Amino acid sequence: MSNLRSDLAKIAQNVPQGARVLDVGCGDGALMAELQSGKGVDARGIEIDPEEVEKAVARGLSVVQGDANRDLADYPDGAFDVAILSQTLQTAQRPDWLLDQLLRVGQTAFVSFPNFAYWRMRLALLFGGKMPVVRHLPVSWYATRNIHHLTVEDFRHLLAEKGVTVEDSWYFAGGTEIGGANANWRAEHAVFRLAR
Amino acid sequence: MASTSTISVRKEALPGPLPLDSGRELAGVEIAFETYGELNEARENAILVFHALTGDQFVASEHPITGKPGWWERMVGPGKPLDTDRFQIICANVLGSCMGSTGPASAGEGGTPYAMQFPVITIRDMVRAQMRLLDVLGIETLHAVVGGSMGGMQALSCAANFPERTGRVLAIATTARHSAQNIAFHEVGRQAIMADPAWQGGAYYDGASPDKGLSVARMAAHITYLSEAGLTEKFGRRLQDRDAKSFGFDADFQVESYLRHQGISFTDRFDANSYLYITRAMDYFDLAEEHGGLLANAFSDASDTRFCLVSFDTDWLYTTADMREVVHALNAVAAPVSFVELSAPYGHDSFLLDVPALDRVVKGFIG
Repeated sequence: MSNLRSDLAKIAQNVPQGARVLDVGCGDGALMAELQSGKGVDARGIEIDPEEVEKAVARGLSVVQGDANRDLADYPDGAFDVAILSQTLQTAQRPDWLLDQLLRVGQTAFVSFPNFAYWRMRLALLFGGKMPVVRHLPVSWYATRNIHHLTVEDFRHLLAEKGVTVEDSWYFAGGTEIGGANANWRAEHAVFRLAR
Repeated sequence: MASTSTISVRKEALPGPLPLDSGRELAGVEIAFETYGELNEARENAILVFHALTGDQFVASEHPITGKPGWWERMVGPGKPLDTDRFQIICANVLGSCMGSTGPASAGEGGTPYAMQFPVITIRDMVRAQMRLLDVLGIETLHAVVGGSMGGMQALSCAANFPERTGRVLAIATTARHSAQNIAFHEVGRQAIMADPAWQGGAYYDGASPDKGLSVARMAAHITYLSEAGLTEKFGRRLQDRDAKSFGFDADFQVESYLRHQGISFTDRFDANSYLYITRAMDYFDLAEEHGGLLANAFSDASDTRFCLVSFDTDWLYTTADMREVVHALNAVAAPVSFVELSAPYGHDSFLLDVPALDRVVKGFIG
């Protein structure tokens, strides 16, 4: 796999060959392009930013400009083998609704997000007393698109409440994969594979 | 208008009568067309470009009457998004028009022009005629069909009715259904033509043509092709060749002068009856209605076709909301679809003008 972000590379590795994939918040389609060439998948995307959509379409991908908070409801049940939501959950108006939709249109869902309980964040908040501005969350509180910060523990609780099955999970810090032990402290990012 | 019988255009006669949606048939149909680029040996590198209401087949070559460059030269040519080094670009004058294809000005039975005896046609009839032209040209499948505005309606109709003939559909600034507002503007234009004493129930071909009526129709329609911001930027309230208002009804304002010029110059190249028939075809267009009232049904055989839909944020004639309905229907049949709303200041006409993002999208989609 090429120089994809570590969470995307992990998702790409675990998407089955030839699957029908929906990438929600696909940006310029880097993951879709990788999946299409490397895994022969039938990839579709949704992206809200018209400039990103234009880039994705210009590279020959099937991407629809739209707001996942609304437009995901338009897709039929079980239309995709895999639905992907990378680094987008925390920007959703209602992350719980988005998660429901993801597992409605996809048999399996990959969800990745930044972990707000990462130890550097805790220290920054504890000692700085300010919303942390760090490597993996580099934008100030007033300008960030992340309106629903969450932790690995928060996410696990939501999944348990909804009765969602966790098929697998992976954790990353400093761009490399780490084990799952004490992930809520140690992980900058998490990737979950989920099923209904 | 100048008669197309005095200019020579490339055309083919369609074999057999053409069945029409109205239930009638039209015999002796001729379709005029232009091609740019070479057809490959497998005869599968052709791209059919559908033109808009007042467009014609001269996409990328000089218009024989006006002498103006082709209407989409920015898009069609060597190395351009529709690359004539790789594809053969075909554009046909639509049925009912007046640049060489059979229309109300053509000779009907007895050799006199059809005028209002010409049958009312639909967008699907236009597409059907062009598919027959492809048969004559020995082209079974196309690399893509492409169109903006009414051309986009034909592209969507082609996908719905002839899905086996194309692998890609690019529809720009268009809709799957003419709205009440769209129909209303067209009716203003038609009434202007029919109110012109020179129209004479359509039988004007021996004498003066209803240029005043056609000119007003064009003026009204032209406003719908632009955005308010575009008009304000281009003309504002500036006066035309004068320092003060005349306190009369001369074209005091630049925008009036511009519209009058648009109207009058249009009559040099367009037939008033063609305008009536083609606007009617657009008004009748409702792709869902043709397919049991559900737009998704229209595309049920096109789920392997790749679609790219483009709208413009300042286009109030065919809006992003109209386009989203098409996206929704295509999602329902799981067709591979791309959609983007591009930002451009020119209103509906953006698809014809300098919008570099459109060039990139077209190039990427066509492949």
